[in-house]
Amino acid sequence: MKNDIPKVLKIAEVRDENPTVKTYVFRSYDLGAKPGQFVNLWMPRVDEKPFSVSYCDKDEFWLTIAAVGDFTRKLRDEFSVGDKLGVRGPYGKGYTIPEGKKIALLAGGYGAAPLYFVAQEAVKKGCTVEFIVGARNKDLLLYLDRIDQAEGMNLYIATDDGSSGEQGYNTQILERLIGDVDIVMTCGPEIMMRAAMDICDKAGKPIEVSIERYMKCGSGVCGNCCVDGLGVPVCTKGPVMLGSEARKIKGLAEFHRDNVGFKVVW
Amino acid sequence: MNTSIDFCGAKFPNPTVLASGILGVIGDSLKNVAEIGAGGVTSKSVWLERHEGHKNPTMMGSEHFYINAVGLPDGGIDKAREELGKYLEWKNSQPEGKRVPLIGNIVAGTIADFENIAGQMAEIGPDIIEVNISCPNVEDEFGRPFACVTADAAEVTRIVKSVSKNIPVAIKLSPNVANIGEIAAACEKQGADAITAVNTFGPGMVIDIDTAEPILANKVGGVSGPGIKPLAVKRVWDVAQAVSIPVIGMGGVLTGRDVIEFMMAGASLVGIGAGVFYRGSEIFSDVMLEVEEWMKENGVKDLSEVIGKAVKYGIGCRG
Repeated sequence: MKNDIPKVLKIAEVRDENPTVKTYVFRSYDLGAKPGQFVNLWMPRVDEKPFSVSYCDKDEFWLTIAAVGDFTRKLRDEFSVGDKLGVRGPYGKGYTIPEGKKIALLAGGYGAAPLYFVAQEAVKKGCTVEFIVGARNKDLLLYLDRIDQAEGMNLYIATDDGSSGEQGYNTQILERLIGDVDIVMTCGPEIMMRAAMDICDKAGKPIEVSIERYMKCGSGVCGNCCVDGLGVPVCTKGPVMLGSEARKIKGLAEFHRDNVGFKVVW
Repeated sequence: MNTSIDFCGAKFPNPTVLASGILGVIGDSLKNVAEIGAGGVTSKSVWLERHEGHKNPTMMGSEHFYINAVGLPDGGIDKAREELGKYLEWKNSQPEGKRVPLIGNIVAGTIADFENIAGQMAEIGPDIIEVNISCPNVEDEFGRPFACVTADAAEVTRIVKSVSKNIPVAIKLSPNVANIGEIAAACEKQGADAITAVNTFGPGMVIDIDTAEPILANKVGGVSGPGIKPLAVKRVWDVAQAVSIPVIGMGGVLTGRDVIEFMMAGASLVGIGAGVFYRGSEIFSDVMLEVEEWMKENGVKDLSEVIGKAVKYGIGCRG
């Protein structure tokens, strides 16, 4: 039975992650999301926006959200425990988590949140996880303690300014580790993901990437998130796809499209 | 077995058409739908200039209905020239019989703008120009749709025909009138080459009872999906009897049997829109497999035979 109407839930808990990012916890609702999937979050009279899921089990799920636009700043400033928001989804294809493999996760900035969900499921399936995070500076990193304290996950950090971990891009760490891993999963800026695809291609390792586009319906209907080259909506045929598939997107890491389909340079 | 349909001088490989507003933002998306198996593809409604549309939520659905108030967001005619141009270039590179016709849909808020946009769309060169005078979701901006007043619908038709050169023009009508047949006939009299019936019903509304808030940002939206199918079939029936030009029928089509039902009511082509929500973009190939199975079971060799069958005399019950 097809039902795609927002379900209103109360915020059960709000956690500060870093100066701009908070995690919103919703409880007593079985969202049934897999790592890499996303939901649409409805704020009545304001807007509805897509957010990836950073944790989900039978009783609760988390959305980790940076206050960077009108919607997310309003969420940060005006919403707290007990307030109501509408949720629908989960939407899209998630990451394919294998059993007993060596996985490298490459997170750029906020990408650490959805990849933390991947890491948890991967460890449950007997995988070892090399968790590589990167950001412009230490204030933009998140989930470090959770990753560091988890069994089966090794944390690596790179920042552009060297304020945490090694100075430079996180992809240079991936380059060092690639020989020892079976598969790479990445989430972050498209230019970083493309660099990771190049590293994986060279090493002959598979990679899954998460393609972000302006989304409206989440159901593959409106066409706003269709990518050039492939011609498919990434809300249903992605957001997670194999690197070999993402290669067919024309303008990958070069442009995306706005709410009316206009090209915008990344 | 022949499923192709000749429509206003264009050859559609099958009668299914991607409806306007669905998967029509970029040229490569239209190409993807054509490759999946649609018989024709329609662009999103193209404005002269960039048009923002409404905030989200803009659409949602249940098992019975789909409702939307997207508000016709579009990048304007210059973007359309690039994207539709890309599609046409691909289409023309295909072998004959595999060229999936393009319907270029246009919209405007005034008669003068319709003249301008229609002329520019004609230069792009789609197989058919479809004129959206029936969107229920921009009433706050532009008032009552032209399709709801017979004289207005006729005047838009006249002005579009005056600049569309040799490209056939289909007028897309609203079901939210008491006299759709009369309006269709008035468009035909002004030179319309086809009628598209119908746009969405309503407007309707969905209220979330936990917050007591209408869910669509626009509060109201056009209703489509399986629940409105019998209403749409009747509108197509009314139009088909009122005019002698061909009809693109649509409204809640989910299956091959639905396609045949619309054709029997008088449609030559059948649009699929909300159906993509229910069965994915693969609906076009799936539905045609169902149509072909029905044709085989019923000994129909040429699908165009069923057009208007129910209007004319019916098939009857005898074995």
